[in-house]
Amino acid sequence: MKKVMVGNHAVSWGARLARVEVISAYPITPQTQVVEKLSEMCADGTLAARFIKVESEHSAMAAVIGASAAGVRTFTASSSHGLLYMHEMLHWAGGARLPVVMVNVNRAVGAPWNIWTDQNDSLAQRDTGWSQLYCEHNQEVVDTTIMAFKLAETLSVPVMLMLDGFYLSHTAEPVDIPDQEMVDRFLPKRVAPYRLDTEHPHAFGGLVKPDAYMEMRWLQQEALNKVPETLAAIEKDWLRMFGRSYGPIELYRAEDADLLLVTSGTVTSTARAVVDARRAAGEKIGLLKVKMFRPFPSALLREAVRGLRPVPRLAVLDRNISPGHGGIFAEELRSALYDLPHSERPEVCGFVLGLGGRDITPAVIGDVIEQARAATVPTREDLWVGVNP
Amino acid sequence: MSQIRIGEFIPENRLLDSGHLACPGCAAPLGMKLVLNALGPNTVCVLPASCFTIISGPWPQSSLQVPVFHTAFATGPAVASGVRAALDMQGKQDTTVLVWVGDGGTFDIGIQSLSGAAERNENIVYVCYDNEAYMNTGIQRSSATPWGAWTTTTPAQFPEASNKKDMLAIMAAHNIPYAATATPAYPMDLIEKVNKAKAMRGTRFIHLLSPCPPGWKCGDDEGLELARMAVQSCVFPLMEVEGGQRWRFTMDHAHDSVEPYLRRQGRFRHLSAEQVAHIQAEVTARWESLQRRVTSEPLTLANAGVG
Repeated sequence: MKKVMVGNHAVSWGARLARVEVISAYPITPQTQVVEKLSEMCADGTLAARFIKVESEHSAMAAVIGASAAGVRTFTASSSHGLLYMHEMLHWAGGARLPVVMVNVNRAVGAPWNIWTDQNDSLAQRDTGWSQLYCEHNQEVVDTTIMAFKLAETLSVPVMLMLDGFYLSHTAEPVDIPDQEMVDRFLPKRVAPYRLDTEHPHAFGGLVKPDAYMEMRWLQQEALNKVPETLAAIEKDWLRMFGRSYGPIELYRAEDADLLLVTSGTVTSTARAVVDARRAAGEKIGLLKVKMFRPFPSALLREAVRGLRPVPRLAVLDRNISPGHGGIFAEELRSALYDLPHSERPEVCGFVLGLGGRDITPAVIGDVIEQARAATVPTREDLWVGVNP
Repeated sequence: MSQIRIGEFIPENRLLDSGHLACPGCAAPLGMKLVLNALGPNTVCVLPASCFTIISGPWPQSSLQVPVFHTAFATGPAVASGVRAALDMQGKQDTTVLVWVGDGGTFDIGIQSLSGAAERNENIVYVCYDNEAYMNTGIQRSSATPWGAWTTTTPAQFPEASNKKDMLAIMAAHNIPYAATATPAYPMDLIEKVNKAKAMRGTRFIHLLSPCPPGWKCGDDEGLELARMAVQSCVFPLMEVEGGQRWRFTMDHAHDSVEPYLRRQGRFRHLSAEQVAHIQAEVTARWESLQRRVTSEPLTLANAGVG
């Protein structure tokens, strides 16, 4: 069934098709439509879930943690300051190995106030033990929301999906809504191996001394390391049943390219159009979309660029900034590629742009391309695009 | 005083084992034992950061024989709301969700989450065991610390300058089905209140005065006696409030002077006669205010002269 819907409603549909059992959320722009739609679905009975309307995001994450620990499928959504307010409990969900799924609608962080998109809110959560997936379009949003539950429950790892505020959250696109019966087959009701059960009482999350804490963190790391292969298997099933797949990373028109744009989120679609136009004009340029940020798909990225001849230069478009350092995708990419032999290691040019929702137009990407080509030696310092100091 | 045997009144469920890690003389394990005896084994316990995080025992042990979810400081009521929702979805409406929180987690850092849960009338039993300071971190003042008390952050030269927050009134103002004060020093009163709460649905709040010998600077064997003195001097009257409206004392209070209660504790040793008199005046004034709440009829359209 095809429907035209905004990204936020694609999220709600994904949660509904996954038959979430407990939802808890707090409103924040630009996430609000997600919870409005889910409230309607709970009210009209199309979704049999309990929706706990809490007094803060900190409590929203705490409530889904409690519900997940008791063994049901849980969901929440937030944005920007709401996500930052959850930070303590994001760690708790990660450490407790609870398969909570949430959507974060990427929005810049204050001060000063800004409601438009950038990725600093979610990237500030990179060390909380959640898998992070950045979506490009609304079909990917609904599909990935459902797959996220399977990923989370298979590995006991919480999963966070990102979509760009307004550029995706409020943009209507046609979406093929997966058939409920097929989704039920793909994602059966959650069976929790460990849960709060009065028949089998156990204590969860109590004091662990130095003799065992490190082992628990190691097990968490092992689980996160399995995310790429697990998601690949899940996507294979999804492809077989629904005819679509995305991958943790995607190479687009990379053959013979001497320059690859590296993107995440909605910028990817704009960059695809720029690549197509440049290719039509004979330019050897391609695209590398990075959907998975946690775990960072380092091995997959090395593998992907290693086979390319010539060794392309990489121009990373970072809609985020680690103040005092640089664009965060560029940083992590440089770190991942460092293991390659020097002769096969692409040069990485970092570009910081689009902060606080500033538009990244084809012309802006064109500017990035010219600068990346002009740089004789890529600087370790990222270039800020379109800034008027 | 005549001896009472609790086992004659309620079944001994042994849901808190010996081998817990409380300090000698701590009243909290006794409180937990009495509460769990009344609630029974079909109970899930949510435990935010507090002394009881330690008391319940480190992984892989647990002195509590009910399922326990340990969680961050501010989140007891929110986590309990989630557990409740999940149990309801699983058809386990008869399982009690108990949130066991200290005074810091209730009066201070957790009050937003608690107010939210109470406003939604979440079907949970919330017990605040109040030892009147951050005892687990080494006796720092909380908003449950009484006026004039010494703590490590309110030294004797500048003791606690604020009155203790009136948590019972705050919870009653949420119009929840049940709110009460109690102490393990009066076990029958406590058990009766837990039984009453257990039979109700919605948010039920019990404020438990729980003496802490290291924090109160008293002997290990003095805690329960001090709690009785707190009750009989009306520093901590035993009460219950139903539906936020019907206030009631659950015991005849002797109206003893506060002075012997204060003088027995090292945390009040520095107080001058004037300061003791000030505390007495505050206690008397609060009693009178509570007396008015107890005797006044709840406001209805009829007695308000409307209609």
